[in-house]
Amino acid sequence: MIDFIKQPWPWYFSGTMIAMIMLILLFFGKSFGFSSNLRTMCSLAGAGKRVKFFDFRWKDQIWNLMFLLGSVLGGFIATNFLNEPAPLQLSAATIADLKQLGVKFDGGLNPSDLFSLEAMKDFKTLVILLFGGLLVGFGSRYAGGCTSGHAISGLSNLQIPSLIAVIGFFIGGLIMTFLLMPFIF
Amino acid sequence: MKFIKYIIAGTFFGIIMTKSEAVSWYRIQEMFRFQSFHMYGIIGTAVLLGVIAVYSIKKFKIKDIAGNPIVFLNKDKAYRKYLIGGAIFGLGWALTGACPGPMFVNLGSGYAGMAVVILGALLGTYLYGVAKNKLPH
Repeated sequence: MIDFIKQPWPWYFSGTMIAMIMLILLFFGKSFGFSSNLRTMCSLAGAGKRVKFFDFRWKDQIWNLMFLLGSVLGGFIATNFLNEPAPLQLSAATIADLKQLGVKFDGGLNPSDLFSLEAMKDFKTLVILLFGGLLVGFGSRYAGGCTSGHAISGLSNLQIPSLIAVIGFFIGGLIMTFLLMPFIF
Repeated sequence: MKFIKYIIAGTFFGIIMTKSEAVSWYRIQEMFRFQSFHMYGIIGTAVLLGVIAVYSIKKFKIKDIAGNPIVFLNKDKAYRKYLIGGAIFGLGWALTGACPGPMFVNLGSGYAGMAVVILGALLGTYLYGVAKNKLPH
């Protein structure tokens, strides 16, 4: 059992488990949508005093912040206790493309050149991460949801708006990957 | 204590996202370059099962653990906010390889840079709140 958990999970098992998370939250009387937490955190920091958008009943969202807390813990557990040293099985074509872009494939989940503590000494990297995060935060609130709220919850409920949002995700993602990243990296 | 079940559910979510490698910057690049079925398989399976589950909940009027009916809210009928907001989100998703959930999961995994991404995401959310009424929706 533990050996099965330790190896990287196949896509069909992973997808099934993500659907289970959505179902569990539905049975708790909640809905699966992670980016709402960003709004709640702004409200907690006092943004509601200045901007009306953040003046809402954030106490109804405490459950979601607890879910967020759990997700940090889950990442910690998976990486430290349920991990195998084998490198990620990334496709050779992606490794080659990224090499051309100047990003080395180091076998981990995320490139240390971008995300390690050491990498934070590089001003350009900091700007890339801050700006990228800003786009994610701005865009998910503008679209009223992120991958969990639209791609999983919304599409499961056959919502056309969610399909439009997912198409938007891909338009942005493809523009960044093929047109902008060659200039950024 | 009533929140403990959400912490546990979140912990499972974090483990699932890490073991599925859906939190991987590399995997997101692979997805946007159409070089592997992995991410499409994950999202496709989740959505397929999700559609069946939501349909069943509605059809059989299944209730939640508190005995209340499970309700699904329809998203507002609009298209501009979904398309424009979605595209802005996509730009950031491809660049940082992280959507809001994975940012926090990866932080737990020890990627310090994710703290900067989260800071940016909070800033972006705040800016949206400020600019909301001036944007096309």
